[in-house]
Amino acid sequence: MIAESLAGKRIAITGATGFLGTALTERLLRCVPDCELVLVVRPGRRGAAQRVERDVLRNDAFDRLRQQMDGGDTAATDPASAGDPSDVAAGTGAETYDAMTARRVTALAGDVGVDGLGLDDEGRALLAGCDVVIHSAATVNFDSALDDAVEVNLLGPARVATVLAEEGSQAHLISVSTCYVAGSRRGAAPEQLVDDSPFFIAVPWQDEVASARQARRDAEQASRSPEQLADLSAQARRELGAAGIPALADKVESLRRRWVGDQMTRAGRARAASLGFPDAYAFTKALGERALAETRGDIAVTIVRPSIIESALAEPRPGWIRGFRMAEPVIAAYARGLLKDFPGVPEGVIDVIPVDLVVATILAVAARGPVEPTPDVIQVASGSINPLKYGKLFDLVSGWFTEHPVYDEYNQPIPVPRWSFPGRGRVARQLQRAQRSLEAADRVLSALPLRGRHALMSAGVEERRQQLGRANEYVELYGAYAECEAIYQLDRLMELWNSLDDADRAEFCFDPAVIDWTRYVHEVHLPSMVEQARLKMAPGAGTGRSQSRSVRLRRQVLDPQRHLAVFDLENTLIASNVVASYAWLATRELDDLDRLRFVARTLGEAPRLLALDRRDRSDFLRYFYRRFEGAPVDRIGADCSEMLSDLLIAKSFPQGLRRVREHRRAGHRTLLITGALDFVVAPLRPLFDHIIAAEMSASDGVYDGRLTAVPPTGEARYQTLVDFTELHGLDLRESVAYADSTSDLPMLEAVGFPVAVNPETKLAALARRRGWLIEHWSKSAGAPAKPLPLAPRTRRADLVGSR
Amino acid sequence: MAAERRNAPRPGLVLDVDRSTPPILFHHGEGFRLERLPPGRSRIIYPAEPLAGLPDPEAAIRHALLNPLDSDPLPSRLRPGMKLTIAFDDISLPLPPMRRPDIRQRIIEQVLDMAAAAGVDDVHLIAALALHRRMTDDELRHALGERVFDAFAPQGALYNHDAEDPDGMVELGRTNHDELVTMNRRAAESDLLVYVNINLVSMDGGWKSTATGLADYWALRHHHNVGTMQRSRSFMDRHRSELHHSNWRQGEVIKANGPPIFQIETTVNNNTFGLDGPLAVLQKREWEWSARDRASFMAMHAGLRAMPASACRGVFNRWLAPYEMTSVQAGAVEPVHESTTANVLAQHLVPVQGQTDVLTMGLPYICPYNVNSVMNPILVMCLGLGYFFNLYRGRPLVREGGVVIMSHPTRREFHPVHHPSYIDFFEQVLAETTDPAEVEAKYEAQFATDEWYVHLYRTSYAYHGVHPFYMWYWGAHALQWLGRVIIVGGDERAVRRMGFQPASTLSDALEMASDVVGPAPTITHLHNPPILMADVE
Repeated sequence: MIAESLAGKRIAITGATGFLGTALTERLLRCVPDCELVLVVRPGRRGAAQRVERDVLRNDAFDRLRQQMDGGDTAATDPASAGDPSDVAAGTGAETYDAMTARRVTALAGDVGVDGLGLDDEGRALLAGCDVVIHSAATVNFDSALDDAVEVNLLGPARVATVLAEEGSQAHLISVSTCYVAGSRRGAAPEQLVDDSPFFIAVPWQDEVASARQARRDAEQASRSPEQLADLSAQARRELGAAGIPALADKVESLRRRWVGDQMTRAGRARAASLGFPDAYAFTKALGERALAETRGDIAVTIVRPSIIESALAEPRPGWIRGFRMAEPVIAAYARGLLKDFPGVPEGVIDVIPVDLVVATILAVAARGPVEPTPDVIQVASGSINPLKYGKLFDLVSGWFTEHPVYDEYNQPIPVPRWSFPGRGRVARQLQRAQRSLEAADRVLSALPLRGRHALMSAGVEERRQQLGRANEYVELYGAYAECEAIYQLDRLMELWNSLDDADRAEFCFDPAVIDWTRYVHEVHLPSMVEQARLKMAPGAGTGRSQSRSVRLRRQVLDPQRHLAVFDLENTLIASNVVASYAWLATRELDDLDRLRFVARTLGEAPRLLALDRRDRSDFLRYFYRRFEGAPVDRIGADCSEMLSDLLIAKSFPQGLRRVREHRRAGHRTLLITGALDFVVAPLRPLFDHIIAAEMSASDGVYDGRLTAVPPTGEARYQTLVDFTELHGLDLRESVAYADSTSDLPMLEAVGFPVAVNPETKLAALARRRGWLIEHWSKSAGAPAKPLPLAPRTRRADLVGSR
Repeated sequence: MAAERRNAPRPGLVLDVDRSTPPILFHHGEGFRLERLPPGRSRIIYPAEPLAGLPDPEAAIRHALLNPLDSDPLPSRLRPGMKLTIAFDDISLPLPPMRRPDIRQRIIEQVLDMAAAAGVDDVHLIAALALHRRMTDDELRHALGERVFDAFAPQGALYNHDAEDPDGMVELGRTNHDELVTMNRRAAESDLLVYVNINLVSMDGGWKSTATGLADYWALRHHHNVGTMQRSRSFMDRHRSELHHSNWRQGEVIKANGPPIFQIETTVNNNTFGLDGPLAVLQKREWEWSARDRASFMAMHAGLRAMPASACRGVFNRWLAPYEMTSVQAGAVEPVHESTTANVLAQHLVPVQGQTDVLTMGLPYICPYNVNSVMNPILVMCLGLGYFFNLYRGRPLVREGGVVIMSHPTRREFHPVHHPSYIDFFEQVLAETTDPAEVEAKYEAQFATDEWYVHLYRTSYAYHGVHPFYMWYWGAHALQWLGRVIIVGGDERAVRRMGFQPASTLSDALEMASDVVGPAPTITHLHNPPILMADVE
């Protein structure tokens, strides 16, 4: 009778792009053929209609319906093939899926985060004209900022009710809440309004709204204090090194925003805990129910409270899930061996409910209509009828992953740990300890002058530290749920179930007793989850994931579509630097004793030079290049041509030189941008289409030691690159850049295809996080050993007495 | 003892291995292996002992210049105002480089003296290196002596041949097989071209000196290719070498359109490691090793194993061979070369009865292309399957479908300055195919005309971009002939990349060979260097 009673009705859904909303939309379109839907979505950049099309109707939840209607190809989103008559003939009806959704689904741009839902008069009328309004929009992020949660979860339901009431709507409002509004407690939690509970601490929701908004303002203010900004600058410098002022400024601002977000998350967690809720989500949902009850006016309201919604038991297909939800990150972290332990009470009940049971409940409620006294409350949970014990869930998950292990990057199966279910504090302490030791390792490693694979190892430490940090967060966030021992009463749910006829029970099943937990976990949920999480469930064929990724990225950078390949020189193509080339040129004419003096002097200066280089590269270069003052131009030219063999090529990375040439063969322009002097790199000219180097002025046949312009390093390099591409009509997004250090970040970030070559620690970590191609190029194994970059003694004929 | 040897050197020898045969020396890069060969079915071919050198080389040279074959004496071909060019063999000869004075120095000093006496003042000296790397100043000093170097190099009259100089080459015409003939412009436009050669193996000299040494890629490609190499049986035997036939045809064009040539060829004896001194043991027969030989060998062996590869390389690169000149002949190219070849073979040829199933060889640290450099995997292939395999007259030492087992560390090491195109050849070309014909068809032109390789060949010290291809072609005949190639003690990945099979010991290698040639195969070990050439009946 459910389908019949909803036939011809117009039903509005908020939060249709969410997990529950998508499932509702699908079920209504498929099982209630004659209803119409109004989907209230935030318009975003593309507009509401586009968003509904892209983010809802193309979700794989609709594959089943699409196949029923269009037949054959489930992914036939192409309008041309959808209009193909043979496809229509293959389906059951004459109408295609696209035509059906166009007819029955209306997208309405709106936002539950603002008063009046951001609707115009037409939109308000459309919403008010609906027979049923299902409010499922919520921010379910368990670590969302306090004020975000307040705006959406607390005020959202009241805002919907207010619009309906103001428009004099007759609609039945079904507001989706959560069982956890009962708070962290033991024992029975009946289907009653929150303020009817003896445990509820009555705080005026209006005060909470005001204080959350104030907290945001305070955090914003605090983040701008000089002390805080100094801290953030130091942190940015630690992460990026000498990346240049614009890059550092950008980093500081993003760190500041993240800091404000963290403050708001902490504020939410603290306020929730102070009132006995596991987190800000449950807390704001609870107050949201109160606000709804107070502001609904004459609108008939039913509150549906699911527990933890998980993947579908059967509809639209077993295991269907949208997004990476609450339990999944924890299970994934466990399968990867990251969560060595987790808090919780093994005898406790973990209350999980498949999404299709929640959908069926809501539809049954919609079909039944509101009942007095309103608002009435229905809980959809499993704990009191078909409890899944936390300990059993763990055994099921651990058993499954023992049989189907996740593989690590070396293609070794990862063994899953046994949990001892200690208290939350102990697990948190363990994790924090591990994290602290990794942080110490990270600090040590990033202070070392590492490059290439060693640097990547330190990037690995950093990654591991971040994973641990995340695991720590899971414990903090979800631990409360695992420790919750409330039993959600389902009297009204079962009353509704008992009122259904057999046909509805078959079509819209929401009896929690039907769930076979072993089957559900092993055959439905985990197989679908590992696919969603893209866990590596089989040893890769010979190569790890990262390696095949490199192959893919390498193909991308060499794709003929690219325009330009830009190369840094030092430590990117050649294991040498400006000091080495200077030393080589300077010692070319020296005898043994003078060489010794030269080496001693240069070594003595090294610490000062290094410090200067670390502070500012262009200052260093300008200072250092003064040494060339008085060098004769023609002699330097001849010596540089000899230096090509003895220093540059001998210390080159053959793979790097090969890559330059591969780019040329692929039809890309190649550009060398280097802070080295133009005469030093002149012998490399045939390798590149263009060379931009530091230029030194000369007069009367000798160099004067002054640069004609700012040397192209750091931001200047970025600007040089931008000017170059504009001059030559090239597209930066189609360009590839190779560099080794964070001082090249502005350039690397500017191009579409950055490549980190033998990256130093900081760049290695960044490149890994951002998924950039990382190359490890080395000197040729047969390269002549040359501990000091000194020129071989010249024996000029005029200096040698003839025999 | 040594003096006795000098006066009555023993010829080469084929030893049948029995149970009393001691372990046999295998060269193994910058090191050695001592291996026992299966008795009853193995034999070892030993080179002849060093022939006596000419007692007075200076006088012999003077005699040759004044009494040339089919030519007027050199002084009578010199006149004031003429353009004289002296071309000479480059760093690839002899191997290893010889002690001072180098033969080239001895000859060129006499030629220059005669030129000075005749009032010739336009003299250029050119290292005829074809597509090899340029010689460094130090190497030129070593080959020509300080006096010649200091007199000519500062004036720019002593230099390396540059086959890629756009203004530096001339075309002399085409052969009746439509093969292009090119020559260094200065040499071609000279009134007399004197060529100074050192013939280490029978492949060297003759028209190959000028037709190859002073030519460019466009002329070389007519004989430096897979087809030619596969039709040369072998390229060490001039009369059965397609490589030489082509060079001789080009020589006809040079004779017709090129400069007059005065060819000076010399031969050296087998005294590679010295009759006494630290390496003398390497050219003794194992059963004749004295207690002292054994002790010095074991000490050297242990020392080398304890040192890193680069240090071993340094030690060996400093070794200069005490070669002695065994003959010198001058005059017209062809009669001179006939005489030279006879003198080479007199030292190298060892008669051998019948072919073998398995040929073993220990590859030393040096080949013509890694003097003062690194023996990379491609050069290992070239030395084993190119040079050593082809050191036969008549029929190959190993039967068709047989197996070659070479011993060499075959490290994945390349000299970045000398062999840049080898690195790319190894990483790119061999990763795709090892078939010489496919390699040639698909990649040769790209590497040969590559702007960067050309730049490095001309201004740095790099072998030409196409050179690794020639190395690969040099082994084409062997690759076609053999059923399997096994490298003992080589870097596994490098060996496999080249399409060969790695083995960690000789007995493993013999086991693997039996898959191809059946159980209990006959085995022949080429005890080379010092160099020998098998005369297979």
